[in-house]
Amino acid sequence: MRRVYLDNGNTTPLHPDVLPAMLPYLTEHFGNPASLHGFGEGPRSAMNQAREQVASLIGAEKDEILFTSCGTEANNFAVKGIASALKKKGNHVIASSIEHFSVLYSCKFLEKQGFEVTYLPVDGTGLVDPEEVRKAIKKETVLITVMHANGEMGTVEPIAEIGKIAKEAGVAFHTDAVASAGNIPVDVKEMNVDLLSMAANMFYGPRGVGALYIKKGTRILPMFDGGVQEFGRRAGTENLPGIVGMGKAAELAKAEMPERMPRLAAMRDRLVKGLMEKIGYMRYNGHPSMRLPGNISVSMEYIEGESMLLFLNMQGVAASSGSACTSRALKASHVLTSMGVPVEVTHGSLMLTFGRDNTEEDVDYVLEVLPPIVQRLRDMSPLYEDMVTKKNK
Amino acid sequence: MEGYSTKVMEHFANPRNVGEMEDADGIGNVGNPTCGDIMRLYIKVRDGVIVDAKFKTFGCGAAIATSSMMTELVKGKTLADAKKISNQAVAEALGGLPPVKMHCSVLAEEALESALNDYYTKHPEAKK
Repeated sequence: MRRVYLDNGNTTPLHPDVLPAMLPYLTEHFGNPASLHGFGEGPRSAMNQAREQVASLIGAEKDEILFTSCGTEANNFAVKGIASALKKKGNHVIASSIEHFSVLYSCKFLEKQGFEVTYLPVDGTGLVDPEEVRKAIKKETVLITVMHANGEMGTVEPIAEIGKIAKEAGVAFHTDAVASAGNIPVDVKEMNVDLLSMAANMFYGPRGVGALYIKKGTRILPMFDGGVQEFGRRAGTENLPGIVGMGKAAELAKAEMPERMPRLAAMRDRLVKGLMEKIGYMRYNGHPSMRLPGNISVSMEYIEGESMLLFLNMQGVAASSGSACTSRALKASHVLTSMGVPVEVTHGSLMLTFGRDNTEEDVDYVLEVLPPIVQRLRDMSPLYEDMVTKKNK
Repeated sequence: MEGYSTKVMEHFANPRNVGEMEDADGIGNVGNPTCGDIMRLYIKVRDGVIVDAKFKTFGCGAAIATSSMMTELVKGKTLADAKKISNQAVAEALGGLPPVKMHCSVLAEEALESALNDYYTKHPEAKK
């Protein structure tokens, strides 16, 4: 059976050139980069190179990159670290309502600590209105956090504009670029950001390593106390093989992005067009053009997402859904409901996310297997039956 | 979905008795679109025995599998015996359900209850 991986928005496979770059740091170069002796030398220069590679991907300086254990840690670090460093200055934070849970729940944590958080709405295409950000700023505001791109429904936010507003107001600005970094151009200067989170496994690097860009001069308190690793801001022995892998993945992403972006976007658009032609009562979620090149988010009305995923999996297609039934919390996706997608329609949501290994044949295959699955589930659905009966009356 | 038994997957992939029943003697409707599971259960009754059952379900793999299993369990049972089918019985017949999906079996039990009530309402001559 054909196997088609269309869940790259969840995690990506390792780039074939990344593992060989990592291996020596699991074997011969096992030393601690902090050691003065010879065993620390190779690791030290490898860390240095990785920091340069990651900085180069996002237009930052080498010493503005801090390695973390994942994107979630970078987001927690940014939100909680800025708020605690500036709590004497003010206790107000602005966040979008479609942030990843690692930002959203960090904000909820701050609320318990006495902070006030303004959650900004998004429009039907998932966009945050920069004017809404401007209006939400008050003299107590210490942090604005708006994600660069939403991994679930693909919309890319107007970060540069929001960053300009934050800069004028003198408020620290963080963006969660976990879904975007390594996939679309990211430039911290053009985007006017003070902090930016990223994760290696979202751009063909290894799991267990992420990074936080912290602009020079930004006040932030560490999350981990201990040694003086990462400029004294993130204690703990460094995940050297992971960091080397992230650096290599960043270098490759920068080189391959110009070719990959239009190729993925073309596959995305062809698949959406084909599905639109073959399947009725389907919504395309997110922004029509300002979206991640590999991201498709659709909602099939009258059916439920988990059933769709199970049938797709039986045909070898790996996808994901924002359906309540696929989440352990049994809650509908906050991203889709924030965009105004009715709760009953969020149940039928399906995310198909392309990556570097996908081909045009994958598009053909999904166009062949998905429409019958949708029809089969609709034939089983009392909601679809009621709709058809009503229409025929 | 992690943790589905082979039996659940088998009933999900090949659900028994899917469809509408035009001359149903009782119809059960439970669930709502907001919570994400809706079951419609049709029964046909002859001389106090459920001779046929069909269903339509909007929901996850467990919801479809429990609906399918419920139609299998009620067929051939007297109304009195059908009434005794519990959600645990449905879950057990499927080789168990993940804890987070047990509510689907509850919905199946409620669908049957709703269909039986509908039958008694439409057939007041039948003794409860």
